[in-house]
Amino acid sequence: MAFFFAQFLTGLANAAALFLVASGLSLIFGVTRIVNFAHGSFYMLGAFIGIVLMDLLPGHVDFWGAILLTGLAVGLIGAVVEMVVLRPIYRAPELFQLVATFGVILVIQDLALMIWGAEDRLGPRAPGLRGVWRIFGEPVPKYDIVLIAITPFILFALWYLIARTRLGVLVRAATQDREMVGALGVNQAWLFTGVFALGSALAGLGGALQLPKGGADLLMDFNIIGAVFVVVVIGGMGSLPGAFIASVLISVLNVFGVTYLPQSTLVLMYVVMAVVLIVRPYGLLGREEVAGEHGQVGAPETPIRPYGPKGMALVAALLTLLALLPAFAEPFVLTLVVDMVVFALFAASLHFILGSGGLVSFGHAAFFGGGAYAAALLVYHTGTPMELAFLFAPLAAGLLALGIGWFCIRLTGVYFAMLTLAFSQLVWSLAFQWRSVTRGDDGLVNIWPADWLNGSVPYYYFALAFGVGGILFLRHVIHAPFGYALRAGRDSPRQAEATGIDVKRVQFVAFALAGAMAGLAGGIFVFSKGSVFPTELEIAKSFDALIVVFLGGVKTLAGGVVGASFMTVVEDWLVRLEYWRLLLGLVIIAVVIVMPEGIVGTLRTLWRRIRHSDEEAV
Amino acid sequence: MLSVERIHSYYGKAHILNDLSFEVRRGEVVALLGRNGAGKSTTMKSVMQLVRPRQGQVTFQGRELVGEPAFRVAKCGIGYVPEDRRIFTDLTVLENLEVGRQPKREDAPFWTQEQLFEIFPNLFERRANRGKHMSGGEQQMLTIARTLMGNPALLLLDEPSEGIAPVIVEQMAETIKTLKAEGLTVMISEQNLHFARAVADRAIIIEGGEKKFDGSFAELEAHPEIRDAYLSV
Repeated sequence: MAFFFAQFLTGLANAAALFLVASGLSLIFGVTRIVNFAHGSFYMLGAFIGIVLMDLLPGHVDFWGAILLTGLAVGLIGAVVEMVVLRPIYRAPELFQLVATFGVILVIQDLALMIWGAEDRLGPRAPGLRGVWRIFGEPVPKYDIVLIAITPFILFALWYLIARTRLGVLVRAATQDREMVGALGVNQAWLFTGVFALGSALAGLGGALQLPKGGADLLMDFNIIGAVFVVVVIGGMGSLPGAFIASVLISVLNVFGVTYLPQSTLVLMYVVMAVVLIVRPYGLLGREEVAGEHGQVGAPETPIRPYGPKGMALVAALLTLLALLPAFAEPFVLTLVVDMVVFALFAASLHFILGSGGLVSFGHAAFFGGGAYAAALLVYHTGTPMELAFLFAPLAAGLLALGIGWFCIRLTGVYFAMLTLAFSQLVWSLAFQWRSVTRGDDGLVNIWPADWLNGSVPYYYFALAFGVGGILFLRHVIHAPFGYALRAGRDSPRQAEATGIDVKRVQFVAFALAGAMAGLAGGIFVFSKGSVFPTELEIAKSFDALIVVFLGGVKTLAGGVVGASFMTVVEDWLVRLEYWRLLLGLVIIAVVIVMPEGIVGTLRTLWRRIRHSDEEAV
Repeated sequence: MLSVERIHSYYGKAHILNDLSFEVRRGEVVALLGRNGAGKSTTMKSVMQLVRPRQGQVTFQGRELVGEPAFRVAKCGIGYVPEDRRIFTDLTVLENLEVGRQPKREDAPFWTQEQLFEIFPNLFERRANRGKHMSGGEQQMLTIARTLMGNPALLLLDEPSEGIAPVIVEQMAETIKTLKAEGLTVMISEQNLHFARAVADRAIIIEGGEKKFDGSFAELEAHPEIRDAYLSV
């Protein structure tokens, strides 16, 4: 019993930092509607800067003074990021900003590596709080008790700020209708910067506060971001008390999970999140998001039209070129093109539900990796012929998508995104921790194609046929009546329902179809590499696809394909350099700022402008 | 005070305002009349820069507004009360007023919360209630009071009588007269001709985004064919 209680206290102490970081994310999302993936990076910066300041500051003020100063410093960094990276793109399509924040993650990772090196740092101990206290005979670190004691004050201070100050009133008003706040004379730009700085400062504080317990390392950013999203979603987006309850819940659960169910640590919080979202779709204390609540009038969408003769000719020329490629290209070029085709099909399948369906999935890797694993498991365990196993990839991924979609489709917006993320994490942790079947992170190896396909040229044609075939199939569906129904459901769900379209069912089928196509990409992938590892199911893999879809252009059909090709080539170049993440991050940020409609969208606008000025000249 | 010159405004590709010009002089109450879809709300939004005119000028007290962000237009002294009210439903009445609060300005009447509660006694009674728990009429009062907290010199009222009970409409007319007596310049958009005649000094009629009439209500009476052509009575 005493041990039990001590564990509980450890959980509570861990909740302090998690709550700080999560409340910052929640604030930022509420006001700016930005899903800030880079929030974990601010937490990591808080830890490193905290160590530096604790070394620098003299005598009595060193520890606690350094923590406060760290908050200020990270807040300033947040303000700069907001002004430089995000301010130019607020008018871009919703969720486009998350791509920019992903660029920020990469930049901060490499900057931290440059400045502080790759070694993990131990955090300094808090002065006077080095030992333990015995509670019912069990040792509990003194610092943990202090953290537990100050957490309610943090909650109170934040609550006071939001509930009782003018800034808080403006923040809550802007959460609901930021355009109206502007029309009443409040400079939104500064309000956004202020909120972003505040949220970043909270993340920085969290990073510094956990130093005596966890120290600082370069993986902190990704390690916490999953938990933070889970907390914010379980608590309910924008609810501080919700974030507090969820932080405690998740932290305590983690501590007990490590003790009693060590095989399931990775997945536990995602299971909790999935259960909460299925029972309470908007989190414990969250409220339903009302679509169109913000009352912004944007330009109507340009409908997607089939290509004209010129576009068709261009695509045909490109395909001919790809078909003739083995005649003159080196094998490594063929491998690169296979990678490109795999990624393009994966991205196109995400684009299909995201662009045409309006469903932003954060967990699409579940189907790509799921397909790859399905084929690989068959070959590995039963020695199934490659041709059969390959067909099983899209089938299994499609079935998986039917299962996951059944839970997710009832949600919308960020909650939908988060539930897909939760399920993909479930699949990932299965692959990672069910070692007897999946061999864990050793992966499944020796998964080669059949003899007649062995060799770079035959497999090149095989990949090309299925990859391009899959993409063309998706294109066909978008222009078929089913695609019209899907797009109608995206643009105006109520109107679509009123005309007799079962929107949820259409979305459900589309989700399964997208999953099957991602699985097909996974199938091509696994036989081209000969192996598959849990990394193919990771969050990062899902984000890769999201990023290329947004970079290419959400509102254009070719967006995913072009974005994927662009990214494959750029990465192939950059990874040879030492600080490639920094450069890749800067490239992503630059593309996002210069081309807010994505690569294809911006090219199209440019092309129209040129044609228009031609017409005017005539 | 406000001069709108030959503006063209669009929603996407739809051309809403077509070469629209008009003036509002200090101290008057002007009614912008027209049917549903005539472009009244777009006119208000184009002044406020919530819709950016693609051509033409909007000048307020000598200052060009086109291209400015909406918050700066508000800071120049234009208060905007939107047609759909857009009160902050999760905030209390007092908090809604707080969002609108701006410093005192020399060229406009100064409002305190207490003065506004005198004009809108219902709001005082409901000061701790959240916006979503209020009736349509109370919400309409709140949205006007909220804008007045910014101490505007010119008030843009978009269809204040729409969707509220007749008794409240009468109150609203009294309120607008009070505001005028305090020295406020007001432009209201209306479909209700009787209401407009009761409160306004001058009428501007638009149809299809173009101006069809600009003059006193006496002139409008003298030309019933204009009324019949452009207003649904």
